[in-house]
Amino acid sequence: MHPAPSVIIFTTLSGLGFGLLTFLGLGLPDVTGMTAFWFFVIGYVLAVGGLMASTFHLGHPERAWKAFSQWRSSWLSREGICAVAALLVMALFGAGLVFFSAVWQPLGYLGAALSLGTVFTTSMIYAQMKTVPRWHMPWTPAKFLTLSLAGGALLAGQITLAVILLVLAGAITLATWIIGDGAFARSGTDMETATGLGRIGTVSAFEPPHTGTNYLLREFVHVVGRKHSLKLRLIAGLLAFVLPVLILLLLPFSHALALVAILSHVAGVATARWLFFAEAEHVVGLYYGKR
Amino acid sequence: MTQLPTSTKKKLGLVIDLDTCVGCHACVISCKGWNTENYGAPLSDQDAYGADPTGTFLNRVHSYSVQPLATSAKPHPAAQTIHFPKSCLHCEDAPCVTVCPTGASYKREEDGIVLVNEKDCIGCGLCAWACPYGARELDQDEGVMKKCTLCVDRIYNENLPEEDREPACVRTCPAGARHFGDFADPDSHVSRLSAERGGIDLMPEQGTKPVNQYLPPRPKDDLPEFDVLAPYLEPVAENPGGFIGWLDKALDKIPGKSA
Repeated sequence: MHPAPSVIIFTTLSGLGFGLLTFLGLGLPDVTGMTAFWFFVIGYVLAVGGLMASTFHLGHPERAWKAFSQWRSSWLSREGICAVAALLVMALFGAGLVFFSAVWQPLGYLGAALSLGTVFTTSMIYAQMKTVPRWHMPWTPAKFLTLSLAGGALLAGQITLAVILLVLAGAITLATWIIGDGAFARSGTDMETATGLGRIGTVSAFEPPHTGTNYLLREFVHVVGRKHSLKLRLIAGLLAFVLPVLILLLLPFSHALALVAILSHVAGVATARWLFFAEAEHVVGLYYGKR
Repeated sequence: MTQLPTSTKKKLGLVIDLDTCVGCHACVISCKGWNTENYGAPLSDQDAYGADPTGTFLNRVHSYSVQPLATSAKPHPAAQTIHFPKSCLHCEDAPCVTVCPTGASYKREEDGIVLVNEKDCIGCGLCAWACPYGARELDQDEGVMKKCTLCVDRIYNENLPEEDREPACVRTCPAGARHFGDFADPDSHVSRLSAERGGIDLMPEQGTKPVNQYLPPRPKDDLPEFDVLAPYLEPVAENPGGFIGWLDKALDKIPGKSA
């Protein structure tokens, strides 16, 4: 799959932002007034910034509001609704904390649930794709949710929780890599089923339908990232999980070091997210004899 | 509405005969022509006369080489070339429809045709992700998703002569490899063709239940495996007389090896 920068920025930043909003909704950290204000600003900048970035890859961003209508069948529609609901509820809860020093906790719990719901609906957009076997498994939402919570805990300054969640998210990310590697072969889709010619013999592409490239090849057959997959996985794993955990466990706490841990984590998650797209193979490539 | 209808009154679709298709791409061109001049946004090209031309097409013809497995009777079976036109299969369980966030993609209850309402399409591309067949292409000029309409603006068009009221690709195919009809009617031309020739679903494991059916190539003729020239190379006369006989003897007398 083509690793579109707008979608990578969106899923990385929004995941982090909604993770932080989840913790703020749960009252972790227990802050009011100006401290609460700045925590909420960080959460909103990340969450809304990511959502805005996601509209850049649309052919017609001015019609994006129509995407709220099809929640009965579409995960993308559900994501839009969940995101707006989470942002509205958390704004009310935040206003209570910032302006009235009031903790309207039920509202906070609702906002936390909606924030996590947004991350879940995002992940289901990918997990539902039967056409991309590497994504089509329950581990995909597990990865998105644990990554969002780990990043959120890190931003919310919940050190113990952050260490636990980073280890968990790291383990699940590793699992998605290992399980994902064999997913295409296990899906049972190959050139023989794609063309229906398997009953005659072994099928290979003889001539493509067009001499140049096209939308399908640009969008679905991205091969550049795959050959560096192992190196990128190492970089992503070190930056996103190992380094932040080591900083939190071994070094005395300081805001500067926490910032290093956060930046390292974000860089690692962005690398892993780039790979999430670049490594994913769509079955349509089979029609071109490619993967 | 992007929920799929529970059933459709008709199941309009195509039968594509892989035995007959000669790979001439006439269907590709007639499709591009009709759908650029009619329903919806035109199918644009980018850098059409430059070094790196690309464009939107709703129908494309692949060509495959198929190598049959060796058997004891046929240790070296010949590979076959098979031309393979591919367009939207108008699936009964169309995954492209349910993922659409705006309701732009829909499957018609009356005839099962899958269409895009371009005024509602935001160009997110998710339907193209969901389609295993590569039947949808995002038009780079218009920013909306394009797909085969089964020439919905031809098949019901009373301004056209009766014989033209079928999809442009079917109308133009010089080999008669494409057939259009209603699969919900078991007695229709396409239903009978598909039943007789063992029509197949593409990627059945994807669970899309495609309406369009592909007819597999018929088994190839078997050439008997012997040297077809052998009968003509045998000596015409074992004991030649006359001039040939004299020449034979004379040449034998010259020292050296003869066959």
